[in-house]
Amino acid sequence: MDKQQVLEMLVELCEDDIILENQDIDLFEEGLLDSFGTINLLVEIESRFNISVPITDFNREEWNTPNRIAAELAERQ
Amino acid sequence: MTPYGNIVFFIIIGILLMPTIILGLRGKSAKRYNIFISIVVLALIFGNSLNGSISLILFTVFQILLIIVYQKYRLQKNSTSVFVIAVLLSILPLVLVKVLPMLGLHHLFGFLGVSYITFKSVQMILETRDGLIKDKISAVELAYFLLFFPTVSSGPIDRWRRFYKDLHTVPSGQDYQKLLLSGINCIFLGFLYKFILAYLIYNYTLIYLPSQTYNYLTPFQGQIAYMYMYSFYLFFDFAGYSAFAVGVSRIMGVQTPINFNRPFSSRNIKDFWNRWHMSLSFWFRDYVYMRFVLWMTKKKWIKNKYTVSYLGFFLLFFLMGIWHGLELHYVVYGLYHALLIISFDKFERWNKKRKIWPKNKWTHAIGVFITFNAICFGFYIFSGTLL
Repeated sequence: MDKQQVLEMLVELCEDDIILENQDIDLFEEGLLDSFGTINLLVEIESRFNISVPITDFNREEWNTPNRIAAELAERQ
Repeated sequence: MTPYGNIVFFIIIGILLMPTIILGLRGKSAKRYNIFISIVVLALIFGNSLNGSISLILFTVFQILLIIVYQKYRLQKNSTSVFVIAVLLSILPLVLVKVLPMLGLHHLFGFLGVSYITFKSVQMILETRDGLIKDKISAVELAYFLLFFPTVSSGPIDRWRRFYKDLHTVPSGQDYQKLLLSGINCIFLGFLYKFILAYLIYNYTLIYLPSQTYNYLTPFQGQIAYMYMYSFYLFFDFAGYSAFAVGVSRIMGVQTPINFNRPFSSRNIKDFWNRWHMSLSFWFRDYVYMRFVLWMTKKKWIKNKYTVSYLGFFLLFFLMGIWHGLELHYVVYGLYHALLIISFDKFERWNKKRKIWPKNKWTHAIGVFITFNAICFGFYIFSGTLL
């Protein structure tokens, strides 16, 4: 898994290219992700990278930007 | 004695917290002392009823045993049926408290705070199932968490892993001073909200509304005035209580999550549920809605993922409604919010394609206005005057 793949996944899920321009954007503040988007994200993470993240471990304060999501996933690989 | 109900309660906890404050300002841990005063304050809160005290003790022991036994089991095995049984057992007492009065068994079982303790307990079983609580749990610390006296009667609902961190960090004297000041600030905000604003709204408007208006208002205007005044009253009363709970927690070195973040300035209904009774709505979001949607998505029983999400909203708000009580107006209140949130979600997705509703200060203001009125109508349903 490299960062580019994570960004591509986020662009597909959030349907917005702004993620490529600003990788520190707060996805929840900007309304790009919500609880429903989070579920789809977790499902995608599991099917694309084979990393299983429990919902209760997905903390909005720690998983709120593309950069942070990429870092969290890199750590769990 | 009702927590935060009168000045005597504040004087008593003020005196009891003196050693906590002195230890904190010296950068020392007050954990043992705080556990001790919790027992004293719990005795004050629940001591007036023998039945209530016994219920509380039995209930807490039951929940602690359940959590510890389930955790022991989970370290070895992970069967779904055992997990489901553990969750059902954990909510069983709450269900009994809600259902028994309907069968005429009023005083058999039940006490202040039973649902808030249940929320914490269920949460621990779910997180244990997820493999997030692996360290050995001390029964004393667990009891302290479940019965943490500042929040025992009505929340905010804290989370074990967060609480545990606070319990095992001793802030420096300087950090504690900041925490102490913000705690005192919260308590004064609580005085303003609960004992001044909520009190005034109640005594100068609500007791005359909706119908005792001496012909100043038509019956319809009376209902409208009641709707808005009741909404403000509900906010100031509960936000005031929550501010006390957060303030006292901070003095005890525990950063209990806040419950209200200017809810009447919400720009849409989703925003509202991130600002109103937050610890409850986040609990339902994380442990009901998200789990349900994830589970349904994995099972693939329903193709359309939006249908799954909407079913999740119905489940969440239906449960939240009947949690308030089994009366019809609470159920309708829950379904009303489910409808609001689903309609808004449909609008949001529709607008994402067409871009008819831009993002600027005008649309923001209109959004706040519409949301405010929609939620006040919701509280009007909630008040039970309509149904």
